Amino acid sequence: MKKRKYGVALSMILAAGTVLAACGSDEEADTGSDEGSTGGGEGTEETSDFKVAMVTDTGGVDDKSFNQSAWEGLQQFGADNGLEEGTDGYTYFQSNNDADYVTNMNTAVRNDFDLVFGIGFLLNQAITDVASQNPDTNFALVDDVSEGDNVASITFKEHEGSFLVGVAAGMATESDQIGFVGGVESDLINKFAAGFQAGVEAVNPDADVQIEFAGDFNDAAGGQQIAASMYGSGIDVIYHAAGGTGNGVFTEAKNLKQQDPDRQVWVIGVDRDQWEEGQVGDDNVTLTSMVKRVDVAVQDISTRAMEGDFPGGEVIEYGIQEEGIAIAESQDNLSQEILDEIANYKQQIVDGEIEVPSTLE
Amino acid sequence: MFNQFSRWQKILIPVISVILGLIVGAIVMLVSGYNPIEGYTALLSGSLGEGFYIGETVRQITPYIFAGLAVAFAFRTGLFNIGVEGQLLVGWVASVWVGLAFDLPKVIHLPMAILAGAVAGALWAFIPGLLKAKLRVHEVIVTIMMNYIALHLCNYLVRYVISDEQNTTDRVPESASLKSPFFETLTEFSTMHYGIFLALAAAIIYFVVLEKTTTGFELRSVGFNQHASEYAGMNVNRNIILSMVISGAFAGLGGAMEGLGTFGYGFIHGAFSGVGFDGIAVALLGGNVASGIILAAALFGILKQGALIMPLQSGVPTELVEIVIAIIIFFVASSYIIAYLLQRLRKGAK
Amino acid sequence: MDYVIEMLDIRKEFPGIVANDNITLQLKKGEIHALLGENGAGKSTLMNVLFGLYQPEKGEIKVRGEKVKITSPNVANDLGIGMVHQHFMLVDTFTVTENIVLGMEPKKGINIDLKRAEREVQEISDRYGLKVDPKARIADISVGMQQRVEILKTLYRGAEILIFDEPTAVLTPQEIKELIQIFRTLIAEGKSIILITHKLKEIIEVCDRVTVIRKGVGIDTLDVEGTTPTQLASLMVGREVTFKTDKTDSNPKHSVLEITKLNVKDSRGVNAVKDLDLSVRAGEIVGIAGVDGNGQSELIEAITGLRKVTSGKIELNGKDLSSYKTRKITEAGVGHIPQDRHKHGLVLDFPIGDNMVLQTYYHKPYSKYSLLNNKEINKQAKKLIQEFDVRTPSEQTPARALSGGNQQKAIIGREVDRDPDLLIAAQPTRGLDVGAIEFIHKRLIEQRDNGKAVLLVSFELEEIINVSDRIAVIYDGNIIEIVDPKTTTEQELGLLMAGSKNKAGETENV
Repeated sequence: MKKRKYGVALSMILAAGTVLAACGSDEEADTGSDEGSTGGGEGTEETSDFKVAMVTDTGGVDDKSFNQSAWEGLQQFGADNGLEEGTDGYTYFQSNNDADYVTNMNTAVRNDFDLVFGIGFLLNQAITDVASQNPDTNFALVDDVSEGDNVASITFKEHEGSFLVGVAAGMATESDQIGFVGGVESDLINKFAAGFQAGVEAVNPDADVQIEFAGDFNDAAGGQQIAASMYGSGIDVIYHAAGGTGNGVFTEAKNLKQQDPDRQVWVIGVDRDQWEEGQVGDDNVTLTSMVKRVDVAVQDISTRAMEGDFPGGEVIEYGIQEEGIAIAESQDNLSQEILDEIANYKQQIVDGEIEVPSTLE
Repeated sequence: MFNQFSRWQKILIPVISVILGLIVGAIVMLVSGYNPIEGYTALLSGSLGEGFYIGETVRQITPYIFAGLAVAFAFRTGLFNIGVEGQLLVGWVASVWVGLAFDLPKVIHLPMAILAGAVAGALWAFIPGLLKAKLRVHEVIVTIMMNYIALHLCNYLVRYVISDEQNTTDRVPESASLKSPFFETLTEFSTMHYGIFLALAAAIIYFVVLEKTTTGFELRSVGFNQHASEYAGMNVNRNIILSMVISGAFAGLGGAMEGLGTFGYGFIHGAFSGVGFDGIAVALLGGNVASGIILAAALFGILKQGALIMPLQSGVPTELVEIVIAIIIFFVASSYIIAYLLQRLRKGAK
Repeated sequence: MDYVIEMLDIRKEFPGIVANDNITLQLKKGEIHALLGENGAGKSTLMNVLFGLYQPEKGEIKVRGEKVKITSPNVANDLGIGMVHQHFMLVDTFTVTENIVLGMEPKKGINIDLKRAEREVQEISDRYGLKVDPKARIADISVGMQQRVEILKTLYRGAEILIFDEPTAVLTPQEIKELIQIFRTLIAEGKSIILITHKLKEIIEVCDRVTVIRKGVGIDTLDVEGTTPTQLASLMVGREVTFKTDKTDSNPKHSVLEITKLNVKDSRGVNAVKDLDLSVRAGEIVGIAGVDGNGQSELIEAITGLRKVTSGKIELNGKDLSSYKTRKITEAGVGHIPQDRHKHGLVLDFPIGDNMVLQTYYHKPYSKYSLLNNKEINKQAKKLIQEFDVRTPSEQTPARALSGGNQQKAIIGREVDRDPDLLIAAQPTRGLDVGAIEFIHKRLIEQRDNGKAVLLVSFELEEIINVSDRIAVIYDGNIIEIVDPKTTTEQELGLLMAGSKNKAGETENV
């Protein structure tokens, strides 16, 4: 990779991405990149010949989840660096089918993209294969670990974020009964469960966390069923890490809220701010959400690659400290007390005072 | 009044449907502010423009041929096999399993793994066939349900039996692989594999079995008229089961092509691959004959493959290809409209 | 002129054929006018033109002297033209009244005024002596009654001219008598009738005039009085027709089919054949006479293995077939010309050639090592097409494209060629014209003369009497009488078929 000097530090971009005050950050980034390479405002071709692409999994780029988040990150990166969308700047390849992963990866390579993201663990095999055939291109895999000197593996410390929402759950519960609904049982989902359990334990040792798996990430009906039996048994807070299945948890909670607005039912969202999903009339059942900033990670890796600092062969974990994991911005349902406590624990995690477990015992 | 279509109509209807589909697709592009010529150019160059894309297109065509043959075979016997998707999945997993479980020379191992796929698909289709034959349970319902069972069963097998709680299985060894280093180099690292030859061979087998054997005679007879077949002393129930089993074997082989060729491993499917369902459209467009199915599969392969590059080169979203395919199928399904138009045209010409 | 309907020089073409070539048909007020012709002669086309289903290429239609354009059945209805189809168009689960008012229900607010409708139906029924119960459900009444409902339907819609398409095909002799009475009442009330038929005796009995068409061309219109069946038949077919089937006396030998104490259940699980005994000997034709639904179908299905035998024995040349599957029975020497040639006899979408080896395709020389030998199949097909005068463009033509008569000839060729010891012919001439009927009767008798046993089931008494050597009358699943065709009369058979043994009685209507 060509080395370039940029005025903008990594932390700045991270900050820009996190704040997400779209216009403001644009300007900020623009002025920054001016310094680095170009004088022309629109002269993108001179700005950089760095090209970056991402390959979605079958969820597609508008999945309201990590594919979308990744694409937002890439768009932000493009805007910050004056790249054009398309073959000469940044783009995405949509996979309609599992068989499309390899094709899309290869197509990206053939179009001379310098860095290709694979979004989601489903792309692991494809990225591993294509990376070994194309040692001159850099790859990055989100949510799983791939071997290869030209592949960076991006993972998240979901357990840390889950710990924080666990704190919220442990304090918000009145019945001391808390539920966790996972999609398919796997190491990844177990990380969520473990961190969550630890968070609850930290603030409310009396509370009991019941863990269930739906066996599917796209079974809203199944999710609703599990939620119904959980709420029925006295549980008043459910944290879901179950993708589309989690939508069923929201549905059930909203139904209960509608029938009896005084009843306490909470859902904790995952991956992105799920405030909207919890809206029912004037009430909202979303207590908070554990947000995974795939966009932040994508921008970070892209920037490092552009600067010639691509972490090939490394596994990069994004946690609270790296701003890759956070509590959602919608915080209306959290009392100040809870917010304070969360801030407290957050600091302890950042400071390393607390080591959040990532596996269930 | 057209009780049946003449030979030229049978060929013309799908061709016209395809053309109409492309035209409507172009209109949709225009209306949505894209350039249809650019769009279709991108589609063509993204499917046939370079060696790599040709390789990928051929790879894509392979399972479509099998899925199309599977649907068509059942259809010729009067059965609607919606379960090709599930049969394909079990064939996939079975072939990978056999590929991983044994350590044998390639001459034995590869055929065995392929056969395992066929057998698994056949068995999976045997169940709805049996239920239809013995209890008159409608095969459409059973096959749809069996798709879900197949999906989740295969996921379970991949995670807990074939792999050690992983999302993917190991790669099948070279001795059970259809992967072709020769084709891969030829097509600049595409995933094209030897499966296409098996697909073409399967199409020939399909033709011979249906058109040239006594078994095919019975199957077709049962497909057209169960009562007359029964009258003629054919065992209708046996033929129903047989038809489903052969259909399932084709589907299972399609799965084996994915398991041993395209991917070379099994993995947890979050959702259906869609190949089995597309097979219904392939069979319909191909008029349920072998040559037609090959052509229809080729068209679908080209469209689906070209769709991937369309957004990059012309900005047209990939979903547009789905619209084009849907319109083609609509016109084929409503072939009466086209037949009617053809007749009017002919009258007008007189 | 006192013509109510004039169809003048009607020409109707379909791709490739001229179905009606300048046909003229004039219907006088108050007459019963027969439209006579072979199958495919163009009778139905002509009537469909009159009923507004087809538009003629040429010619004009006048109703009561006024030139009209009938563009749809609704227009025909408005002009007072009603049609009683051969296949009834009734909703089984509705009552008589509901069926009659269907599509033009009298309203009271937004509700159907059924009371008024029932009253009106009752009125019309009484006036024409139809004896229909307006409240009965269609599913519960006999075929004859259903036909009357169809008649009522046209009358309710104000029809002055009624077209009947083969109305007697589905009726028992007694019902036919009653229908003829209804015709007379209708005429007395000032209606006019066009009767499509190929039954010459009926024409002579009830019609005033007859228009004969042959191959789409109007041959002649003549007064019925003074004509003979033979004369009409010759006009229709275009050559001399012998009516009485020529045959020598039978010379029966050993028994080929021996049925004892046979019980068979129908599709609803009700006993349809009850302790039935029957024997058919080599060299004779046994005709089974009976009203449809008295166990004939179940009997044949049991013999041919298509239906399970509950108890009893079916012996062919001393071998019990009652537990055999169809194929084994076929191989044992049973030929079967099925009652419904479209449902059972042919795979309509197969080429006619393939249909000719429908039971033998797995034998040499038609196949070898499970591979079909199309050359041999086509050779066989060509041979049968030649021998049995099956008119088809080629052996590759789908069976569907052939006319009914030629389809039947193909089936008979196939069955006879297998040289079975027992040939079962179920309604072998249903819907066929005189020429084809003659041909088929000859073939059946030929089989008999070759020493085969033939079992004939037919609802046509004339056919039974003409062709059979012995007549077994079936009633309620049992053979109640065996009569000699030489001495019996249609009257006697009709009564026996209605279940009254040796004494006159009324037919049950339900």
